[in-house]
Amino acid sequence: MLLIKNGRVVDPASGTDATLDVLIVEERIERVGPALAAPGTEVFDAAGLVVAPGFIDLHCHLREPGGESSETIETGTRAAARGGFTAVCPMPNTRPVNDNAAVTRFILDRAAAVASVRVWPIGAVSKNSGGETLAEIAAMQQAGIVAVSDDGRPVATARLLRQAMEYCLPLGLPVVDHCEDPSLAAGAVMREGPRSIRLGLRGMPAATEAICVARDIQIAELTGGRLHIAHLSTRASLELVRAAKRAGLAVTCEVTPHHFTLTDEDVTYDARYKMNPPLGSRADREALLAGLADGTVDAIATDHAPHEPALKEVEFDRAPFGITGFETALALALEQLLHTGRISLLRLVELFTTGPARVLGRHRRIAPGEPADLTIFSTELEWTFRADQSASKSRNTPFDGRSFRGGPVATIVAGRFVWQR
Amino acid sequence: MRVSVPERIRHLLDIESLSAEQIAALLDQSKPFQEIQRMPLKKLATLRGKSVAIAFFEPSTRTRISFTTAAARLGADTMQLQAEASSLKKGESLLDTVYTLEAMKPDCIVIRHSASGAPHFVAERLPVPVINAGDGTHEHPTQALLDALTIRDRKGRLEGLHVTILGDVLHSRVARSNIHLFTKFGAHIRLCGPPMWVPRELECLAPNLTRVPHLEQALEDADVVIVLRVQLERIHEPSLPLEEYVLQYQLTEARLRRARPDAIVLHPGPMNRGIEIEPAVADGPQSCVREQVTNGLAVRMYLLYLLIGGAPIDSPGAAHAAD
Repeated sequence: MLLIKNGRVVDPASGTDATLDVLIVEERIERVGPALAAPGTEVFDAAGLVVAPGFIDLHCHLREPGGESSETIETGTRAAARGGFTAVCPMPNTRPVNDNAAVTRFILDRAAAVASVRVWPIGAVSKNSGGETLAEIAAMQQAGIVAVSDDGRPVATARLLRQAMEYCLPLGLPVVDHCEDPSLAAGAVMREGPRSIRLGLRGMPAATEAICVARDIQIAELTGGRLHIAHLSTRASLELVRAAKRAGLAVTCEVTPHHFTLTDEDVTYDARYKMNPPLGSRADREALLAGLADGTVDAIATDHAPHEPALKEVEFDRAPFGITGFETALALALEQLLHTGRISLLRLVELFTTGPARVLGRHRRIAPGEPADLTIFSTELEWTFRADQSASKSRNTPFDGRSFRGGPVATIVAGRFVWQR
Repeated sequence: MRVSVPERIRHLLDIESLSAEQIAALLDQSKPFQEIQRMPLKKLATLRGKSVAIAFFEPSTRTRISFTTAAARLGADTMQLQAEASSLKKGESLLDTVYTLEAMKPDCIVIRHSASGAPHFVAERLPVPVINAGDGTHEHPTQALLDALTIRDRKGRLEGLHVTILGDVLHSRVARSNIHLFTKFGAHIRLCGPPMWVPRELECLAPNLTRVPHLEQALEDADVVIVLRVQLERIHEPSLPLEEYVLQYQLTEARLRRARPDAIVLHPGPMNRGIEIEPAVADGPQSCVREQVTNGLAVRMYLLYLLIGGAPIDSPGAAHAAD
């Protein structure tokens, strides 16, 4: 038994934002209410802290199997716990690709043995994410996947996307797409614009993403399927999603902390600024901030993409795309969204909890009988992020050394503390 | 107080980060090294005992020979690293390669690389001065300095000149360095070439920079015309037929008449005669191509001298090698 006392319970599902106690018995929430008493119970004093439903990260890379020198399920989920996440969705671009139930089971078996937080794998849309034929989606679902994606690349053709969305409809699985037009993205290492011209780096125009988002939305309309746009990064893409939602289509999207924090003007020859989609323009960032505020964006997702130092310590052109993100996500959201007054605390919590849960067709709330997955954080705590103290095996983040106001304090999964500051 | 003395440079990575004062000083100090090229005895002893690593991760003959000769004329030894011959093909990383070079204790590293920013990457990690001999599609600072020296010799100034840069500006490191250099001195630059190679964003690079779509207009009253090399290997971008390029953008004698009568023509070499430049222009009285090569030696000698910090030179004669 665990009693969390005096916390500011913020629960978007019920609209609750009040000082309440939460009593946990074994793996579930037993009671929520003011001034609960449970003599002899372990007490966590959450005075001055926010108690939220457990955070869900819809988009990450744990690199296992196949990329264990950059991350493992053990190290990645430990970093996730330090970021306040209680469930993370690893993308299928492992080696081998998670395109069949055996790989899914391997991931979940490893997770059961070593993971700090819940692991909800995403399976491939197509075999080997090769864009040709559908992967064994139903078998993977029975093994435990929560969505499908060929992340790292877009679903190759409109035809394949159509088949995937039709096939996944009765399964209730969302199709998550990494949207880019491959011909415009070919060889590009950052966003095309004044900065790419100045640095002499090949850029992809903003249209690279929106062209594919437009295609996907047409297929969503055609099939009535569930479409989720991964790491949406441009103003034009956001407007397409906004219009699709207004038209009543089942289209959702996520935005990463780095895209709402940085722009292409921050890019240097340091490969820690190289990710895909690349950092956008100021106008894109403004549009994302507006979309996070007005409800167009459903979730904040990290796209945690660890790469061991040897891979990133190279010429910008040769470095792989991606940065780590678990441990800075909440702090960046507080910095960019809450402390600037752009959104309420309730909305911020929604973006990490009920928002991503809805994308997966799940719910998330602090109520009796619910799994005791809770994220406890401070909006005021002063701290500095040090990449060399990260739980991740990798160090590839542009936020090393950044000072923050507010961040995770404790993470509870199934009634147990998996991390405390 | 010597407040007017420009800050001393440690590396030469790009033109963009230099001030006009620093560039003017570099050009002024290169003058004595121009004279050396005209002397019967061209070798100094000022860098005797020093060594220069010439690390070219991309094929090049002319720039390599220029730097190698510059080092030799200062009395320095050179260590040559060629991409083809190195372990790069065996998968060694740039970092490992430069650490290996560094272990041989060069006093300066001259680097050419196909990736933009590679010299910056090296300079951040090594204690040795680094000279960028051309990085990807970013900059080629010594080319811009030798171009500026050539233009100052012929025109007496850079200020207020009308410079036309012609060709594949987008992929040209020569163009970027020249744009940064000339605009710092208040020159007016017109860019002309196939539109996909002269994108709008180029105008953000510097003030006094305009794109002019038609060559005839771009040449009107120009003082200087810089013809960029058509990188035949680069015409993989949704390819433009070479005939189209010649038709619209070749610098011909007839077109050059639009420029001022005393206009000069520069080309970074090697030239594709009959493609970006008509042979009659390349060999004509307005062409400065050979001076550019000689001035390249002078600029590179001075930079090696400056960055390595050789024995003082009062006058070129006084510093002449005894041996």
